[in-house]
Amino acid sequence: MVKVDGSGGQSSLIQVRDLDKTYRRGGEVIDVLQGLNLDVEAGEFVAFMGPSGSGKSTLLNLLGGLDVPTRGRITVAGDEITHMSSGRLTEWRARHVGFIFQMYNLIPVLTAFQNVELPLLLTKLSKAERRSHVETALGVVGLTDRMHHFPRQLSGGQEQRVTIARAIVSDPTFLLCDEPTGDLDRKSADDVMTIIEELVGRHHKTVLMVTHDPVVAARASSILHLDKGVLVEGKHASQLTGAGGVA
Amino acid sequence: MLPKLFFGFLITVVAIFALLLVLVIVGGIIAGLLAPFLGNVPVSYNLRSIRARWTSTIVAIIGIAGTVGVFVAMLSLANGFKATLVASGSPGNALVMRAGSPTEMMGGISLDSVKLVQDAPGVAHDSSGPLITQEVVGVVPIPLISTGTDANVQVRGVSPNVLQIRTFVKVSQGRMFQPGLSELVVGKNASKTYSGLTVGNTINFGGGHWQVVGVFDAGGSAFDSEIWCDAKILNQVLLRPPNIFQSATVHLDSPASFQAFKDSVTSNPQLNVDAIREVDYYAKQSTTMTRLITVLGGLVALIMAVGAVFGALNTMYSAVAERGREIATMRAVGFSTWSVILSFLFEALLISFVGGLIGCFAVLPLNGWTTSTMNFQTFSSIAFAFKITFRLLGLGLLFALVMGVLGGLLPAVRAAIRPVAVALREL
Repeated sequence: MVKVDGSGGQSSLIQVRDLDKTYRRGGEVIDVLQGLNLDVEAGEFVAFMGPSGSGKSTLLNLLGGLDVPTRGRITVAGDEITHMSSGRLTEWRARHVGFIFQMYNLIPVLTAFQNVELPLLLTKLSKAERRSHVETALGVVGLTDRMHHFPRQLSGGQEQRVTIARAIVSDPTFLLCDEPTGDLDRKSADDVMTIIEELVGRHHKTVLMVTHDPVVAARASSILHLDKGVLVEGKHASQLTGAGGVA
Repeated sequence: MLPKLFFGFLITVVAIFALLLVLVIVGGIIAGLLAPFLGNVPVSYNLRSIRARWTSTIVAIIGIAGTVGVFVAMLSLANGFKATLVASGSPGNALVMRAGSPTEMMGGISLDSVKLVQDAPGVAHDSSGPLITQEVVGVVPIPLISTGTDANVQVRGVSPNVLQIRTFVKVSQGRMFQPGLSELVVGKNASKTYSGLTVGNTINFGGGHWQVVGVFDAGGSAFDSEIWCDAKILNQVLLRPPNIFQSATVHLDSPASFQAFKDSVTSNPQLNVDAIREVDYYAKQSTTMTRLITVLGGLVALIMAVGAVFGALNTMYSAVAERGREIATMRAVGFSTWSVILSFLFEALLISFVGGLIGCFAVLPLNGWTTSTMNFQTFSSIAFAFKITFRLLGLGLLFALVMGVLGGLLPAVRAAIRPVAVALREL
């Protein structure tokens, strides 16, 4: 169960303690996150909600090792990442984190296959093994028939599915989704969320997701609200969307 | 004391900076070329990115190609000039001039001295005697075929046995001049360049009428730009003292005999002469002009290179700017800073290499193309050909790669060190 009061045990996959993040803009100091605590167990699907500028993306960047906190500690699967060098952090990201971005961030000059293969180029897998992994990942998102298409030849929903395949192809410890449906129509968003739910339900992936959309957030097992740099537990999915659950 | 210390410090700083720059360039070229093996970013990414930005890529390629073309052309010009003069000398010949004379034009050697020289050890002989040619050189104005204006042509009075001494010179048309007659044989380049130098024609200079009786081929050496005649006749026509020549060239038993020959003539108290290998003399003759062409050509190429480096910088900076989010994505999924730098360096080197290749190919047709210039040692025109060698092409490509590193390194580093979280938010 997700906890935000720092009472989680050592068994938590992700442990965040007393996390502060401060930005300086000119002479002004902006406290984005203040004394934040978080414990996430393996296999959980957590949605972060909150108004713009509340620090959701900053938190995701810190959890993904893309940014470093001003103070505090983040431990993932026993690795404390807050004091890692930039080079070690890069290696750590390659092993442990799968990123799913709002704007997909596919490399436009590479095919879907090559985009998904990118993280595997950092491993010692043979070409045949890489091919097999890529085909499996594209199979999970239902795009094996589009593997030789370039991003410009795919719809938004398909592009996001390729991004998901790229995020899971190296079997990372957890997935970070930054507004994964923010640029999609409702149908495509629903397809993407179904895939993410399957990754959690069937493949036991741990997923942390930032979203503005309560309907999308409702599909997570836990919802946390960020307000003025502090995390608070939110309503459960069923409470957000009514008795009927997901719209 | 203080200014001396300051300049010493300044020179040290400049030297360290230059050393670091060389190390960065060499390291950059090696690392960039090995990028497909050292880095993880697929080469197809670079190739397709280059294709996607083909307009700016072409501009950079053209800039580099033009610079490399000028660079190689200038060096081939200097190379051709040097090769032409060096080819004029034979390692088996020794040139004897009055001691202290820097050139034949300023030399003076009497017939008595020539007789002593021909008896020195190491001088080759044939059935007619020692192989020595005592020579007189002068400059005469003859109109150019192309413009009709007069140009200085070197006329060389030689001994009738000169072809036994300069064995690479062959009469290719007509015949050799007859001793005692006002007859000329002309070099093949001179024949093509100046009016009236064709077999059967008569020309006037020095107050005399000269009949052209032959054309000789001196193997592309400087002699091809000269006209030859009997030394004694030329002395008379130019109103010079009889039995005084400007130089003597001897054919040695073997190139190894040179030192013994030189020691003999320079230690003989009856002689006031110096001996030099013919090939060394002509190599020395080429130095001034070769240096001039190399320095001027180098300056032009350097100025163009600055422009080309800025072109490459612009191309690579715009590539980095356009692909900020792609680069950030790659770094987010685990590609290291080093991999990104290598990838962009590789891309810059690829562009510069293609530019270099095009530049080299563009100037290849110049190879063998004959032009002429003033030889400052003789004040006469000398025809020579652009000489493009594999070494020069290699230098041209290396020059292109240096421009590639200088243009690509900073954008590559910028791409790699930009904070990932910030770059991911770029539109």
